[in-house]
Amino acid sequence: MGMTLVEKILARASDRPRVAVGDVVEPRVDLAMSHENAALVINQFLEIYAGTPLPANLWDPHKVAIIFDHRVPAESPKTASNQKKIRAFVAAQRIRRFHDIRGDVGGICHQILPESGYVRPGTVVVGTDSHTTSHGALGAFAFGIGATEMASVWALGTVLNVEVPPTIKIEVRGRFRPHVGPKDLILHLIGQLTAEGANFRVLEYHGETVRAMSTSGRLVLCNMAVEAGATAGAVPADAETTRYLREEAGVTEPTDAVGPDADAAYDRVIQLDVSDLGPQIACPHTVDNVKPIAAVAGTKIDQVVIGSCTNGRLDDLAAAAGILDGRKVAPSTRMLIFPASAKIYQQALDRGYVATFMRAGAVVMNSGCGPCLGVHEGALGDGEVALSTTNRNFKGRMGNPNSEVYLCSPAVAAASAVAGVITDPRTGGN
Amino acid sequence: MATVVYTVGDDISTDVIYPGRYMATVLPTETPQFAFADDAAFNAQLKAHAVSAGSVLVGGKNFGCGSSREQAVSCLNGHELTIVARGFARIFLQNAINLGLRVVVCPTIVAAVGDDLTIAATEVVNETKGQRFPIVPLPQSRQAIIDAGGLIPFTRQRLLVEKGS
Repeated sequence: MGMTLVEKILARASDRPRVAVGDVVEPRVDLAMSHENAALVINQFLEIYAGTPLPANLWDPHKVAIIFDHRVPAESPKTASNQKKIRAFVAAQRIRRFHDIRGDVGGICHQILPESGYVRPGTVVVGTDSHTTSHGALGAFAFGIGATEMASVWALGTVLNVEVPPTIKIEVRGRFRPHVGPKDLILHLIGQLTAEGANFRVLEYHGETVRAMSTSGRLVLCNMAVEAGATAGAVPADAETTRYLREEAGVTEPTDAVGPDADAAYDRVIQLDVSDLGPQIACPHTVDNVKPIAAVAGTKIDQVVIGSCTNGRLDDLAAAAGILDGRKVAPSTRMLIFPASAKIYQQALDRGYVATFMRAGAVVMNSGCGPCLGVHEGALGDGEVALSTTNRNFKGRMGNPNSEVYLCSPAVAAASAVAGVITDPRTGGN
Repeated sequence: MATVVYTVGDDISTDVIYPGRYMATVLPTETPQFAFADDAAFNAQLKAHAVSAGSVLVGGKNFGCGSSREQAVSCLNGHELTIVARGFARIFLQNAINLGLRVVVCPTIVAAVGDDLTIAATEVVNETKGQRFPIVPLPQSRQAIIDAGGLIPFTRQRLLVEKGS
C-alpha cells in the first residue's frame, strides 16, 4: 500500500522509508513561523534553558520566521512592548526572515510566507497560528502548534511525538459558475464535514477543479481546512506550484516536491462537483452553519470586511473591484478592506482597485489581520451584523459577543456592501 | 471527588474561552483573569477564587476549537480546573498536555453544575446521577510529555542528553 502526501513528507523528514497512520515520528522542521505570540514563545524558550549550562540559541535562525500581523500598528502599550521585545530577540538571534510593520515587506503571515518563497513543496512547516494549514497549498505539510510547542521546536529543530494522521481525499470536479469560487467550495465542504468532521485528519485536495485553480485559490482551501478540525490541508505540488514559486515568489533554485502514491490508503474519499454550486454563507456562530445564499439573502448588514489570510489576495480584491466599480457602498453600511500584504496593496494601487474602493466609499486599511479576530480595529456595536470574507464567525470573534458575523466570498461581500443587505452577486451586484 | 462548576455545549472556541482582545496578555500568571471573560458571572466567580482547585468544567464535542492561542489553556490552568469533554480540538489538546492542564476525553459524559464526579483511570463516575462514563485514553505519543511534567521539562531533558551535559 502506498503513502499519502503527508505520509511521504513525514517519512522523509524523519528518515524512514515509510510511515503509516498512527506511527509516532519526530520530523525535522523546515520552517517555524510565529507572529506577535513570539513574545510568549520567547518566554517559554528561555524557560527551557533555565538552570542549564546551555546557551539559549535557536537551532537554526534561517528556518525561523516572525511576521507582525495580528495587532499592527500596535493598539496598546502592552502590544508595543511585546513587539519591542520580539525585535530585540530577532536582532540577538540574527533572524533574517522577520517582517516588521512596514509598507514594503509587511503583511499577514500566511501571505508573507508563500509570497516570499519561504514555503517549499515537500517540507514541514509549523506555525503558532491555527491557519498555518494554508501552506499545504504549496504541497507542504503545514500545521498549527501552541507557543510552548514552538519553543521546543526552536530548541530542537524537530516536532516531538507527532502521530501520523489519517488523510481524507477530497476530489473536486466541474467548473465554477461566474461569481462562485474556492471560498464557496470550502464553506460547502465544511458544512458537509462539520466543525469537527476532520479532527486529527488531513484534507488532501485532488481533481480537475483543484488542478485548474491558482495557488491563491488553493490557499483558501487549505487555510480553512482547520475549520473542519483538520490538522492540515494539502494540495500535491504541480506545474501551477512551480509557476507560482518562480513568477510570484521569486524562487530560482529547484524544489524537491513529493506527491502521494496512486495506491495511497485514505481514511475516506469525498467527491464534489462544483458545476451547480452557488454562493455559500456561514451563518452565526459556527463556521459549519453553512447555507446557500438564498436562505439569508436580504439580511441587513452594518459592516462588510474584505481581507484576512483567507481572502485578502489580489484576485479577491479584483473580484470586489469589478463589482464596486462605479457603485457606492450603501449609506447604512461600512466597508473595510485589508489587502493581505504590502505587496498586494501595491499591486492593488497599480491596478486602480484602491481608487475604485475609495470612490465607492470603502475604507482601505493597512495590511494585517484587521478586525478578523476582534483585537483592535473594526469592532462591532451591540446587535450589529458583519459580513466578512474572513474565516471565523465564533461568538465574540470580532470583539463583541453581542454581535453576529456571516462569512462569504469577496464577490458576495462586494455585492452586499452596495445593497446594504446580503446579496447574491449573480443577480444583485451587477 | 470533584464538583462540576460550569458546563458548555459543543464547539466551544478559544475565542469564547479567551477572547482575542486579551491576546496581548501572554504570561500564564496574568491570563487567568480573562478566562471566559464574556461570561461575566462565571468570570467573576473565577476571579473571586470562589472555585476550588480541581473543580470540573464539562464540555461537549470539539472543545477548544479555533485559534492556537495557548492563553486558552493557561487561563484555565491558572484556576487549576479539570476539563472533562466529549472531545477536544487537536491544538487545544496538545497545548493542554504541554502545559499540564488536566484534560479528560469522555465521549458520553452527562453532568450538570453541582454534580459530584469521581475521575478514575478508565471512567468518570457521576456520583450525583449514579452513572458511569468511559474515558478515552490520551494519545500514547503524548504520555511521555505528561510523565515528564510538561513539554518544557521534557525538552530540557532532551537537550541535556543531546548536548551531553
